[in-house]
Amino acid sequence: MAEREERRFAEVPRESIKLMAESTGVELSEEVAALLAEDVCYRLREATQNSSQFMRHAKRRKLSVEDFNRALRWSNTETVCGYGAQDALPFRPLKEGELFFVEDREVNLVELALATNIPKGCAETLVRVCFVSSAVNVSYLDGKGNLESQGTVPTAVQSLSEDLLKYYQQITRAILGEDPHLMKVALLDLQSNSKIAALLPYFVYVISGVKSVSHDLDQLNRLLHMVKSLVQNPYLYLGSYVRSLVSSVMYCILEPLAASINPLNDHWTLRDYAALLLSHIFWTHGDLVSGLYHQILLSLQKVLSDPVRPLCSHYGAVVGLHALGWKAVERVLYPHLPAYWANLQAVLDDYSVSNAQVKADGHKVYGAILVAVERLLKMKALSLTMAKEGGGGAAPPGTAAGPVGFRENSPGLSPPPEPLSEPPLGIASHLQAGGAGCPWEEWTPVSLPAMYCELYSFFGDSLAVRFSTDPPLGGTPPAGPCQPLEGRKEPASVAPNLESTRKMPQLTASMNISPRQDGSPRTEPQPPSLAATGPGRSLTRSSSSSSVSRSRSSSSRPGRSTSQSRDIFPKARFPPPQAGPPAFAFIIGGRQMGRRCQGRRFQTSFTPTPPLTSLPPRAYAHKLPVIGRVSKPVRRWTCSHYSLHLPL
Amino acid sequence: MAALQDGPMELDAEKETKPEILSDGTSNLSGNTGNGALSSSPLTAAPAGAAPKPEDQQTLIAVLQFLKRNKLSESVDILRREAGLAEDQEDSQAADGSGGGKDGDGGDAKSLLSRVSITAAAPQSTLTPMPIKSAEDQPDVRVVLSAYSQQGDPFLYKVYYSDLKNFIESVLDCHRAELSQLFYPLFVHMYLELVYNNHESEAKAFFDKFSGDQECYYLDDLRVLCSLSKREHMKGNEALLDFRTSRFVLRISRDSYQLLKRHLQERHNNQIWNIIQEHLYIDIFDGMPRSKGQIDSMSGSLAGEAKREVNKAKVFHGLLKEPEIEVPLDDEDDEAENEEGKPKKKKTKKDSIGSKSKKQDPNAPQQNRIPLPELKDSDKLDKIMYMKESTKRIRLSPENLPSICFYTFLNAYQGLTAVDFTDDSSLLAGGFADSTVRVWSVTPKKLRKVKSAADLNVIDKESDDVLERIMDEKTASESKILHGHSGPVYGVSFSPDRNYLLSSSEDSTIRLWSLQTFTCLVGYKGHNYPVWDTQFSPFGYYFVSGGHDRVARLWATDHYQPLRIFAGHLADVTCTRFHPNSNYVVTGSTDRTIRLWDVLNGNCVRIFTGHKGPIHSLAFAPNGKFLASGSTDGRVLLWDLGHGLMIGELKGHTDTIYALKFSRDGEILASGSMDNTVRLWDAMKAFDDVETDDFTAATGHIHLPDNSQELLLGTYHSKSTPVTHLHFTRRNLLLAAGAYNSQ
Repeated sequence: MAEREERRFAEVPRESIKLMAESTGVELSEEVAALLAEDVCYRLREATQNSSQFMRHAKRRKLSVEDFNRALRWSNTETVCGYGAQDALPFRPLKEGELFFVEDREVNLVELALATNIPKGCAETLVRVCFVSSAVNVSYLDGKGNLESQGTVPTAVQSLSEDLLKYYQQITRAILGEDPHLMKVALLDLQSNSKIAALLPYFVYVISGVKSVSHDLDQLNRLLHMVKSLVQNPYLYLGSYVRSLVSSVMYCILEPLAASINPLNDHWTLRDYAALLLSHIFWTHGDLVSGLYHQILLSLQKVLSDPVRPLCSHYGAVVGLHALGWKAVERVLYPHLPAYWANLQAVLDDYSVSNAQVKADGHKVYGAILVAVERLLKMKALSLTMAKEGGGGAAPPGTAAGPVGFRENSPGLSPPPEPLSEPPLGIASHLQAGGAGCPWEEWTPVSLPAMYCELYSFFGDSLAVRFSTDPPLGGTPPAGPCQPLEGRKEPASVAPNLESTRKMPQLTASMNISPRQDGSPRTEPQPPSLAATGPGRSLTRSSSSSSVSRSRSSSSRPGRSTSQSRDIFPKARFPPPQAGPPAFAFIIGGRQMGRRCQGRRFQTSFTPTPPLTSLPPRAYAHKLPVIGRVSKPVRRWTCSHYSLHLPL
Repeated sequence: MAALQDGPMELDAEKETKPEILSDGTSNLSGNTGNGALSSSPLTAAPAGAAPKPEDQQTLIAVLQFLKRNKLSESVDILRREAGLAEDQEDSQAADGSGGGKDGDGGDAKSLLSRVSITAAAPQSTLTPMPIKSAEDQPDVRVVLSAYSQQGDPFLYKVYYSDLKNFIESVLDCHRAELSQLFYPLFVHMYLELVYNNHESEAKAFFDKFSGDQECYYLDDLRVLCSLSKREHMKGNEALLDFRTSRFVLRISRDSYQLLKRHLQERHNNQIWNIIQEHLYIDIFDGMPRSKGQIDSMSGSLAGEAKREVNKAKVFHGLLKEPEIEVPLDDEDDEAENEEGKPKKKKTKKDSIGSKSKKQDPNAPQQNRIPLPELKDSDKLDKIMYMKESTKRIRLSPENLPSICFYTFLNAYQGLTAVDFTDDSSLLAGGFADSTVRVWSVTPKKLRKVKSAADLNVIDKESDDVLERIMDEKTASESKILHGHSGPVYGVSFSPDRNYLLSSSEDSTIRLWSLQTFTCLVGYKGHNYPVWDTQFSPFGYYFVSGGHDRVARLWATDHYQPLRIFAGHLADVTCTRFHPNSNYVVTGSTDRTIRLWDVLNGNCVRIFTGHKGPIHSLAFAPNGKFLASGSTDGRVLLWDLGHGLMIGELKGHTDTIYALKFSRDGEILASGSMDNTVRLWDAMKAFDDVETDDFTAATGHIHLPDNSQELLLGTYHSKSTPVTHLHFTRRNLLLAAGAYNSQ
């Protein structure tokens, strides 16, 4: 019974009572001490209970020493002096004995008195006004008190005090000014100042000015830093301003900034930073605006599926998805990949001088996708191993809402016919429309092996190598030089599930082409590849015929106009494809043993790949173009080129 | 000590009479007049406005005796004069009383005295101030507890209790919920009996075994209870005295009660039967047993539910007729023209308002039921302003929610304890833990003091702008600090005319401040303990206060002593509010009940139970018909004053609700809480949804629609700023106030 009692309350042991008695010179018997101890405990509990009502009436959550003292005073007991300070008292244990005490530092009064820096007094209590619901319209006569939450500056109702205004001016000047040190100070203050709630709309307004300074990377960077500071300020309630901030950040991620025209400008870093910031905002303040996640995903997807957008926008979209987490990548990027791949391929395969810049951009995108996809695989594998009993590939939350939102988006995908004069924009689009449309129609989580196989078919060993540092994935063939056959068979045979059958045709189609077209220069891989594609033939047929119909007929379809331009486009752009012997026509990674081995060998000697997830995507973005260039064989373009023409 | 031995015998004697009393469902007051000693527990004596006449007299005589003994002869005279008691009558009664004392329980007379002494103020019936006995009203513990002296076998307690538990668990579902109400009071009384009789270990075992069965909302009480394990502890523990002295009220249907009675008689379970007889009041009703939900919504208070007859008294909840304002028409025209240039329209509007108020509300009290101060010229001007403003008022609706303007107190260092706005939203007052009161001007108009007497002599008193001239420009500032209290200020309230400010403090005083000179005018001393809340009447002059001494007091600004003392709460009175017609006062308490008091005669006319935590905020609907209350459990309850019924429950807040306010037209209820949110509720819908048919009104059995989510119109977060006060401006803009909390 005694144990139970002890667990229920704090107790004063009778030894302490005896000690206290002794210190005042009274000798207590064991019995008396026990009785006293119990009574003391009870009185303490009673006083504590009474003190809680003082706390409640002071409208506080924290019981203070003052409250306890008041309870003591009203029960005619002497109060405990000396602990009235509001700040928490550090309670320290003493190692040697089981002793706890409140730290009581000695204050050197002489030093304090002679110190030159006089401590500032407490700030005067103030009352500040702000609107909780940012109802801007406060006119009474027309009877409109609308509660539309708007991100605009409520100028009508908010009169800033002078010092706030001054503060605002100083801060903006410091942040947007030249002095980096000043900027740092200003940002730090913005991060920790508790009194700037009234200024929030103004700052948000300043930040929304990103659109007007898109030529100045430096300013953009500063504004993004400002966003970061505001977001990190624990005293600010962003409310509906989150939306405004997000749109500013998205602008930096996605828009073809004026600054990015000049290749010397490192707008990639800006996009990376903005993407990180976006994910930060989302994770910390995403709950403030309902549906924010889907809105972000939607706009990212829109950009990604819009071939008219320049590659830097696509890069932004990929980085953004990556920053939002592997689920976002799985949901948006992964289903887009087959369609997008072809476009990227076209860019990467163009070796004309005029294309050099675009191609460099393409490598950037390639690298970004690679990083994102690798993390997707890794995380997915991790989540699988974590939740073994969960039955694999658990659907991310919110899948139900996703397809709907995207489906209504997909009709708008048909891009305007792009003019020929803009080579970087002319990436094939009709395939993408088809590719993007179908997975989103009925999106189901793809099993990990299937996903790996498909991704492997895109990236080949550049994926495998970077990924091979991981524990072996269940069922998937570990990437090794001796594995190509199985690796290739796997997609055809092992993955008869919906996704792969739906997507594989496009890939096998290109597989088919190459043997037929370049037949002769092929060495070892040919027979196996034929054998492997044998069973897939029927599939290939149907798909290729469908692609024929898609590319050829049906000019009435919305995708038609674009496909036409697509048809023209590569021909016009590429040098005559027949010029060189299409020796290595079959490049889409992983299909060719020889190629891949080489690439792999090169890579391993080239980079000691660091563990993936710990690094920000930026670190890869530097290296990836190189990797991509090296691992890709020379004549990649022929493949994509022929793949379109084969069905003829 | 004599009472100790006599206890069992006396109880046996009473047992024969009790069952009938209980079964006919009335209070035991009439049955016990002969005995006299046990006739009036404070609960019944104080609130029962309809108590039989002889009973009243009995109480009065007891008071007189007490006063005599304490040599307060003056008070005796006054009381006797007012009550119209003849001296001989009293003497004869006194003899009677002492005769009762001779029976052996001499302590009982004393106990009666000590108990009724709390209620001394109840019988007053005029508004003249009256000296109130200053003696401590602490009941003699030993006497109060003496009923616990019966010695059952301590080991059998467990058996008795679990026997009852088994029985209740085995009865039909419909009865089980009702009979389960018995668990808590029985548990507490049995535990206390064990403790009182020094069976410490048995008490602990008993507690450990059965405390888990109690409803979760009794957790706080159980915590207090379990901290107490010795007889000595029971002394001075007010919560226990309350529990002991008041009878726990249960409402049980006749069928269920018969079932219980039969069971207990079959089993000869006398221990439990005794407790039921002595400490419980079972309010038996005919008809269907109530469901678990119905019971849960009403239970939770310290003393069980309210008796039905307590809420039967008529409440005049209508509004008073608007005073006719005889302002010269020219004046008004001028003003109207200045304002808008449409004098005609104005006039018609005013007429319509006037005519509406001319129709006497059938539920309204007599205009002169309580004397109200006459309107001054400045008040009339203010009324005109009010009417003008109200024509510009926004009609709020679920589609058209109010804008919320938040007044954040910065650098308050956790010290802000109370806030109030003036009705016209021009001034803001804050009470602080550092015992200061600060007043801010919310408008650009600065606060100025009146000039000193010497300077006032100099000015030209005939000039038109004399009111302007008396102000000292040099003192103009945005805020003023009022020093005077010596403890945290827990309540502040502006007078309706904006000339005065009231503040109540831990130092047990209420202070009246002038907002002309910014000095303290009066310190009202009467409460002996911290004063938690105070509020001015909507017509000024009167104000009400409530504090730790468990009474609410009604004051007039020109009297230094209270006019009424409203006693009856079993724990601290935490908040007090005036009814819009100023005829009633509502108080919320830590005992988790709300009481409505009649200002005229000091009677308690309504007791509302249902909250599961101390009540910290109250608000009347502008039409006076409804009341909203918020407590520490984060729920807002809505009450119909006329029928005395709970009509709604608004769930959503996660912490104590410190502020409640209806919009000016009563469509929207705003609630502000410690959880840093302001929530808006559709009050119209909540009131419309309730069907108050005769049956419900008669039995008080309510079916609460669980529609909090539909009624919630909006939730608005602040950043680390608990909401301490809410106020609707005359144009229905919502003002909220709270201190920013950096920790």
